[in-house]
Amino acid sequence: MNVFDILGPVMIGPSSSHTAGAARIGGVARALLGAPAVRAEILLHGSFAKTYRGHGTDKALIAGIMGMAPDDARIRRAPELARENGLRVSIAAGEIAGAHPNTARVTLTDAKGRSVTVVGSSVGGGSILVTEVNGMDVSFTGQHTTLIVLHRDTPGTIAEVTEVLAAEGVNICNFRLSRRCRGGEAVMTIEIDGAFGGDVNERIACLPNIYSSTMLPPV
Amino acid sequence: MNVDFNYGTLASVLSAAEKSGLPVSALVLRQQAEQLETGEDEIYRRMAGNYRVMRECIGPGCEKDLRSTSGLTGGDAYRVKLAADAGKSLVGRPLSGALYRALAVSGLNAAMGRIVAAPTAGSCGILPAAVLTMQAEKKAAERACVMSLFTASAVGMVIAGAATLAGAEGGCQAECGSASAMAAASVTELAGGTPRMIGSAVAIALQNVLGLVCDPVAGLVEIPCILRNASGVANAFVAAELALDGVESAIPPDEVIRAMKKVGESMPPALRETAEGGLASTPTAKRLRRQVFGGPDETD
Repeated sequence: MNVFDILGPVMIGPSSSHTAGAARIGGVARALLGAPAVRAEILLHGSFAKTYRGHGTDKALIAGIMGMAPDDARIRRAPELARENGLRVSIAAGEIAGAHPNTARVTLTDAKGRSVTVVGSSVGGGSILVTEVNGMDVSFTGQHTTLIVLHRDTPGTIAEVTEVLAAEGVNICNFRLSRRCRGGEAVMTIEIDGAFGGDVNERIACLPNIYSSTMLPPV
Repeated sequence: MNVDFNYGTLASVLSAAEKSGLPVSALVLRQQAEQLETGEDEIYRRMAGNYRVMRECIGPGCEKDLRSTSGLTGGDAYRVKLAADAGKSLVGRPLSGALYRALAVSGLNAAMGRIVAAPTAGSCGILPAAVLTMQAEKKAAERACVMSLFTASAVGMVIAGAATLAGAEGGCQAECGSASAMAAASVTELAGGTPRMIGSAVAIALQNVLGLVCDPVAGLVEIPCILRNASGVANAFVAAELALDGVESAIPPDEVIRAMKKVGESMPPALRETAEGGLASTPTAKRLRRQVFGGPDETD
């Protein structure tokens, strides 16, 4: 713990879990889409669903989806800015089984029709936990540079990916693997200290048995 | 002189300050620079940035038309500042200044303005109001004010480790109470208080809010949160005044902190940020909840 855990974060109010954390969840979805969204479908669960109007959770999510940081003063005008920028948003309250009380499922679509779906929870103090990407189980906080590698579950695949990182002198601080079934689709989420250079992500994406690799900067 | 200390107890921090002859803030800055493997200048600059954000809250927070997202609150800082500036304040400066600044920052938080969580968004008005008031009305120097935030953070780190800063765990005594104790420490240092006096101020501030519940109306960070920021900064000045005059708490600060933790653990969940008890379960609160969120209230 350090002094900036006590005095901080700088954020848009009113609530670090319902506003700042929500903005970061939107930001993760935007980063994973990799392009501006033209359509956003948001499902709110639990306390998020019950209190979003008063906490501005919807505004914060939209702001994050548009690439705004949790302390961007434009957050309170995010819905109008979305309309001005051709982003159509729909928001609904619903149930996500077993989810944390502050959870949102965000589906974004870009102009080319590509889409991404992210489930993230705001766990307190502005911290978040992303638990699902495109239906795959993940678990990362967005505090570190995060690699999300979709691959076919085969022996040696993990070693090849981590070898690329090791050769770059990159230190892994968190690693999670989840798969649908043995030999089926799987996803690695790898959180690393610091960042890494341009083509590392491309090199990983070109390895055998890799479907896609996305590098998410800290959100 | 290199004096070791840790944030496990406030006593450790204060006795290190006494032994080294340094103000608490200087000791904390040096320790943080070591811990974060960064220069003191860089850490100071970052804290000065936070102080700047705090200061920038006051103007917008004092606007007459300030309104929260829910529409339930807004404009209280304007009212108090009007009276203070017209010389009509009952309590006078600097307390009237501290009151409107606390209302401004926490009112701005409810209106989706930019604030610094200090230590939380719900209590974000207390520490800024205290320190900014010392600068604006008691002529404290800018550098000393930024440094005093390190003293406040040290108190916050001790409380976070030994108890909690979260209303959901410890009620409002943990959020506004802790912020009040942190502010009392800053004000005491800025007024030239010794480490021992800082300890007294923390103990006095915190013991005066033991049992304070977290009962947010409609579950929002507005009622009574904004008004508790005003009473929180007043409590901080009371504690600092007493400590500077030589009043000591019979119960040492670390024991008061532990007592706060135990009191929080004895609180039923209805009084710990669930909006099910206290003010949140009054008839008016239920009506306001329906007004903001629509629909029948589940607890009716």
